Order: sequence, then structure tokens, then C-alpha cells
Amino acid sequence: MGNKQTIFTDEQLDAYQDCTFFTRKEILRLHGRYHELAPHLVPMDYTNEPDVKLPLALIVNMPELKENPFRNRIVESFSEDGEGNLSFNDFVDMFSVLSEMAPRELKAIYAFKIYDFNTDNFICKEDLEKTLNKLTREELTSEEVNLVCEKAIEEADLDGDSKLSFADFENMISRAPDFLSTFHLRI
Amino acid sequence: MDTVDSVFYSDHMGPSSNPLLDQLPSYQSLLYRRKPSATAGTKRRASSRTRVGSSSSWKWKVDRVDERPKVACPQRPVRELPKTMEEKRRDKEQRMEQARDLSSWEQWRQNARRSLRRLKEESLDLLSTLELWRGDIHVIEGMFGTGILSYFSFLRFLVLLNFVIFLLMFSFVMLPIIVAPHAGGNSTFNARDGGECSIYPSTSRRGLVVFHQYIADLLSGTGFLEGTYLFYGFYKVQAINYPRFTYNLPLAYVLVTIAYLFLSLIWIVKRSASGFKRKLVQDEDRFQSFCNKIFAGWDFCITNENAARLKRSSLLYELKTDLEEERTKQKIADRTRKDKCRIYVLRVVLNVFVIAVLATCFYSIYRATIFSQESQMRPTGNVILDLIYEYLPSIVITLANFITPLMFTMIIQYEDYSPAFEIRFTLMRCVFMRLASIGVLLFSLWSQITFCPGNNCSCGYNHKRYPCWESHVGQEMYKLMIFDFIIIGAVTVFVEFPRKLIVTYCDCGLAKCTIKYFIVFYIKKMTLMNNCRPATRPFRASSSNFFFLAVLLIGLALACVPVIVSIAEISCSQACGPFVNYTTSWEVVPQAVSQLPSGLSTFLFALASEPFAVTFFVITCLVMFYFIALAAAHKRVVDHLREQLVMEGKDKRFLIQKLLQAQRTSVRSPGGHSRSDRGSQSHSAAQNCSSTGGVYLVQPPVSATHV
Repeated sequence: MGNKQTIFTDEQLDAYQDCTFFTRKEILRLHGRYHELAPHLVPMDYTNEPDVKLPLALIVNMPELKENPFRNRIVESFSEDGEGNLSFNDFVDMFSVLSEMAPRELKAIYAFKIYDFNTDNFICKEDLEKTLNKLTREELTSEEVNLVCEKAIEEADLDGDSKLSFADFENMISRAPDFLSTFHLRI
Repeated sequence: MDTVDSVFYSDHMGPSSNPLLDQLPSYQSLLYRRKPSATAGTKRRASSRTRVGSSSSWKWKVDRVDERPKVACPQRPVRELPKTMEEKRRDKEQRMEQARDLSSWEQWRQNARRSLRRLKEESLDLLSTLELWRGDIHVIEGMFGTGILSYFSFLRFLVLLNFVIFLLMFSFVMLPIIVAPHAGGNSTFNARDGGECSIYPSTSRRGLVVFHQYIADLLSGTGFLEGTYLFYGFYKVQAINYPRFTYNLPLAYVLVTIAYLFLSLIWIVKRSASGFKRKLVQDEDRFQSFCNKIFAGWDFCITNENAARLKRSSLLYELKTDLEEERTKQKIADRTRKDKCRIYVLRVVLNVFVIAVLATCFYSIYRATIFSQESQMRPTGNVILDLIYEYLPSIVITLANFITPLMFTMIIQYEDYSPAFEIRFTLMRCVFMRLASIGVLLFSLWSQITFCPGNNCSCGYNHKRYPCWESHVGQEMYKLMIFDFIIIGAVTVFVEFPRKLIVTYCDCGLAKCTIKYFIVFYIKKMTLMNNCRPATRPFRASSSNFFFLAVLLIGLALACVPVIVSIAEISCSQACGPFVNYTTSWEVVPQAVSQLPSGLSTFLFALASEPFAVTFFVITCLVMFYFIALAAAHKRVVDHLREQLVMEGKDKRFLIQKLLQAQRTSVRSPGGHSRSDRGSQSHSAAQNCSSTGGVYLVQPPVSATHV
């Protein structure tokens, strides 16, 4: 089976299998999906590791991400330049972390990055408000938004600086029962 | 607070940048590292949390920090590190290089481990393709999210459970009967003693039978169906004698029944254990509800636009409900005594009303059953009417289960509970209604079976009407099952499907459109009342799974009751079935035990005696209390640790502030004195595991991920 495909060398597939939570078949399928996003840009032959990056606009229109309110932040968090341009490695990385086999700690790290809109390594009240507005498409009144954010910070903030550091976030996420089941993408 | 925060950012250009800060175990998890390359933008990746402090997976760290032993530290697998693909590949290559330094034994072991892991993954992959309905559930999850998924995977679990129960019964009860003639055993049948209790008129129809009679038989389990494997009356075999041993069929029947009840119990408990564990450790009363909804509320699996809209509105609804809950709590705290009295009186009145409604439903089920039984004795000849009379209990049960939830949701609004409690209480009432209605059906059947004219049942049951009462009960259950199935199918086909058709495909002129929307409005309203209400008030994915299984457990417990009563108490029919020679079904077990060698049989009889039962009960209670105490202790420990975490965080910030103050004073007064000060400061700071000395107050590096 591995001899028939010419997209990756065996070594590359091996490396992908070790560095992600996917099997060979899934990696090849992911490559197919990546390719069909921009067939003229993405080469079918990846054996010499071409440096191809797809822009944010293409990736967020994938059916898996289209309805997700955080799609822009997700793609930005996994891109190397922070602008949302994903190479195939980043693409695979993204889906690997969001697959159901990734452990909770790994997902928590990336979840923190996604929800940290201003990337100051803290989830402050503004970040929370942005998250909430994206979730509810701004259908809550501003007073309700304020109340909810205050309550959330009250619940999770451990060190009393009225914003969530990664330690606070991780502690809170470890007690959230739905996190593992909701923070995963199927592809 | 920016000056304090900037302590955490460091410029890794110079050698004097915060080696102490990097060494802090907690900071190793927070450190955002710049990509040490010449690319224009800077990139941030969170560092990995190394388990036992082994930093051998970090190339640059190995140079800087004290050399740690490179081998035999439990490292995280590369794929679990939060780095980019290139970094992970480099790590992997680095580890392989290190592995080459190891002895060949170590190398072989690592390779073996890796290939074993690969093998396990591939076999799990293969096994999951064999899973029932895997593709369909995949699609459902992808479109509608994990909340709906939990319902379907619960359905799949039910199918599997029922299939396993069927396999058990088949292989231990039916298979021996089928195989006996081929395997050289001969079956001995029940010895009919010829008394009047053992008269069993044949149920197969003779002579010219109208065709629709067969359909009526199929739908009600009588006639030709009654003599098949489906019903109890078929099992007339007493024992199967093989050359070397005798297979006691009645014993097998009883033991397999008990076995599958136990199996269901264990399987359901195992499946619900994870959800229950979480519930025990967490506080029940909305400890983290807001955070959980904001950060873990959106189901990333949703790809369908409608499902996304529904999820969004349900999240909105949940958040609003939570806010309302807070307000309600406030309101409850503000209630005066007069208010409380009024509310309690109202609640008592409404609960009495609910009980009255339930009692009415149960009584109508009882009467419907009795009427149906009596009309079965006197068939009117009209097939359709006969069928309706036979299905009357099922119809009444379904109607009751349709009306009562509507009534309950209306009533609960006046009882003024908090929203969360409202939902749970209503659901509890509906579930109780459903389970109890089946119980009432069984009870009314039993009262009919044991009711004899003249009040003395010579055979223990009414043998004239019900020569084989077990088959009869089986038939009633069969009818209930078929009717339930028909209703589910009919609702889907006749309500949902036309609704979708009308909404999507009807294209019409202006006037017709008005009419169409008119009709659609009513249909939508109807389905909203019946179907969509649960959807807009969903349970969280995990807790709803637990709720399904909890309901299943209660159902199992309630189902055990009639089974136990019928095995142990009710006299079996003497005209059919394998227990003809015994008074109750359970009798076969003591009889079989007494035929065992004497030591074993005394032991087994001792197990069933009262002293043993009492001791066993006491020990079980003790064990249960122990586990309850353990759970409470764990909860306390969790709370305590949380408080400790808060304290530690505050300590850290305090020390950092102090350090900054000290640095500021030392910067202001330069000189050897300050350097030694700084040195001693950093030394003591290092001992306190707080921030470092010699920190440069640089502005936070420009993040390219800044939006």
C-alpha cells in the first residue's frame, strides 16, 4: 500500500505518523483535502518538501471550519507567521491537535492561544467579551455580556489579577467536563 | 501591572537573560519562546511541560542549563509536544540520534515499543471499522455535534445490549433444543399429568382461515406465532439426555435470565461510570457553569448551518438561563416569610394535582387493559375492531405519555423553581410516568390472571382463560413493542418528512404561499411543542449521556421487579413451558442444587440462608459507606488544593513585586554595593523560586500573531 503512492516518501510518512496522531491513510487523505483547496498551488508531489502556504481565506472556507465562530483564530494560532497562512505541515498539525486522540494538556495549550485574541498571554476581560460575542453573534446585551465575563473571571481566576493566565485556564479546563468532547474537529 | 508582566518576557539575545526564570518548573510551562531563526516575524509557541524535569528534548536548553542525564527519563511522545511540525521532526531526529548512542538492547526495545504502538493503532483502526453504524454516526457527529451524537451512540449501545441478551438466551436455551437430535441426545418432554390445569388448547388455526387473520395473528402474537420460539409456551422440553450428562433446560432458563440481568447491570454501570465520576468530584451547583459554556460550549464538530444556528441559540438560551438563575437565587434569598408560605402551599397543591393526573392515567390504563382482556375472550368478528381492542392498552399508554409531559411543563412554571431544577424535575416526572405506566400494565395483567370466579384458583391462576399465562404476558409486551415502533415510524414519516417537503419544495403563487405559510406555521408549532423543545434546551453532552444511562439503570431496576416476582412467587402455568413440574420457576434451582455432591450442595444452601444474607448485606453497607466517605474526603482535598493554588499565586506576585522594588532601588544606586545586593537578591530569590535578578525591563516582543 505504501509503495503505490508517490506523494510522500516513506520517510516523510513515518515522520508524520510519529509527529501527529494520524495514520498513513489519514495523512494521505489530509493531503488530498489540502490539495483540493487550491489545486493549482498545491503540488501533488511533496517528496522534495515544497514551500507552499495557503492563505487564511481559503482555509476558513473549508466545510469543517465554516460554521465555527473561532475559525480565524484557530488558523492564526497554527500558522507560523501568525497571519493564518498554513503550510501543509501546519495544516496537519492543526487537525492533529484537534483530533480526538490528542491529550487534554495539548489541547488546553492551543485553546488558550485561540481564545487569547490580543496575544498577550493572558485572557483578559476584552478577550472574554470578544469570545462571547463571537459565540452568540452579539445577541446578548452589553450588560449581560459584562455580567457573564465578570462571573467567568470570578470562577476561574486563581491569582487575583482579574485576568486568566495559562495556569488559571488550565486549572479551569481540567474541570470542564465537555472540553475534550467539544474541542475536536472531525476530518 | 505592565511592569510586573514585563518581567515574564525576556530577550533571549544575551547570555544574562533570566536563566533562573527559565528553570522554574512552572515557567517552563508558560514560557513563550521566540523562534531562533532569521525569519522576519517572530513566532510564539508554548513550551512543553516536561514530566520529570527532563529537558533533554530542548536543544538550546541543553547547552544552557545544567546538563541533565539524557537517558531513561520518561519523555513525552513527540506528537504530544505543542510545537510546529519541523520542531517535532527535529526532536524526533534528535531522539533517534540519542537512541543510537544507547546500547543495542535499548535500541531494540525502543523499536519494539514503536512498532507495537503502530500495530496497536492499526488494529484499533481496523476494529473500529467493524463497529456498528460507524459511518452514519460519523456523519451525524460531523453535522450536528456531540450532543445529538450521544443520543445515537446510546441507541447503538441499546442495540448491542439487546443483541447480546438475545445471544445468551439463544445459545443456552434454544440451541440445545435445536442441536439435540443431531448430537445424539434425546429430549424428554413434560409429563402431562392429565389434570385440568394442564389442558392447553391448540392455538394454531385449522380449516379455512381468512388471509387477514394471519396478519392479525402477526400483529398480536397469537395463532401461528404463539407456537414459535418467540413465546414461552414453545419450550416444552424438560431435559436433554446426552450419553454422558443431562442438560437441565429449566435450570438453564432460570440461570440465563438471572445472568443477563446481571450482565446488563454491570455493562450499564461501567458505561456510566466515567460520567458519574466527574459528577461526584465536581460540585453539583453550577460551580463553573459560565467558564464551561464559554470555553467548552461550542461544539467544533458542527458543520451544518442549521445545527450551528441551533447550537448558537441554545448556548444563548443557556447563558440567559444561567443569568436568570443568578437572579432567581437572589430573589429566593430575598423572599419574605409570607412569600415562602404562599409558594409552599402552591407547590403542595400542584404536586397533589400532578399525583391526581398520574393516578387518573394509571387507572385508565388499568381499565383499558381489563377491557382489552375481556374483549379478547369474546371476539366481535370485525378484524380491525378486534385489533384496536387488543392494542387498547398500548394506545392508552402512548396517549398518556404524549399528554402528560405537556401538562407537566405547563404546571412547573407556576411552581417557581430555579430553571435548572425545573428541567430536571419535569424530566423526572416524565420518566416516572413512562416507567410506571408499564408497571401498571403488568400489574393489571397479573390481577386478571390471578382472578378466578368464585375466588379460589385451583391451579394458582385462572387456567380456563389463560392456560399458558406466560405466553399471554409475552404477547402483550410484543404488542406494546410493535405499537411503539409503528408510532416512531409514523411520526417520522407523517410529520417530519412532509414538513420538510412543504418547507423546501413547495413553490407556489402568492395566495398559495400565504396558505402554505399558514399551514407551515401550525405544523412548525406542533413539532416545536413535541420535538424541538428538547433541542433548544439541551443538556451538556457529557451530562446528558449520564442521564440516559441513569434512566436506563432505573428502568432496569424496575424491570427486575416483575421478573423476580414472577420467578419466585407466581405459580407457573402447568399446561405449557419448561416448569410444568414445579410450582414456581425458582424451585428448579434448589432441586438441581440438592442433586449436587453433598459438600457443594450444603455450601450453596448455606449461601442462601438468612445468616449469610444478613452478613452480606452488612458488609455491602460498610463498603458503600467507606466509598462515600472516600469521595467526600477527595472533594475536601480538591477544595483545599484549590485554596493552596490561590495562595501560591498570590505569594508569587507579592515576591515579584518586592523584587522589582528592590531592583528599582538598586538600579537607582549603581555600584558594587548594588551588584552584591542584586547578587544576594537573586540568590534569595532563586531560593524562593520566584523571579530573577538581573532582569531587563524590555517591552514585550512584537508578536506577529497580534491581530
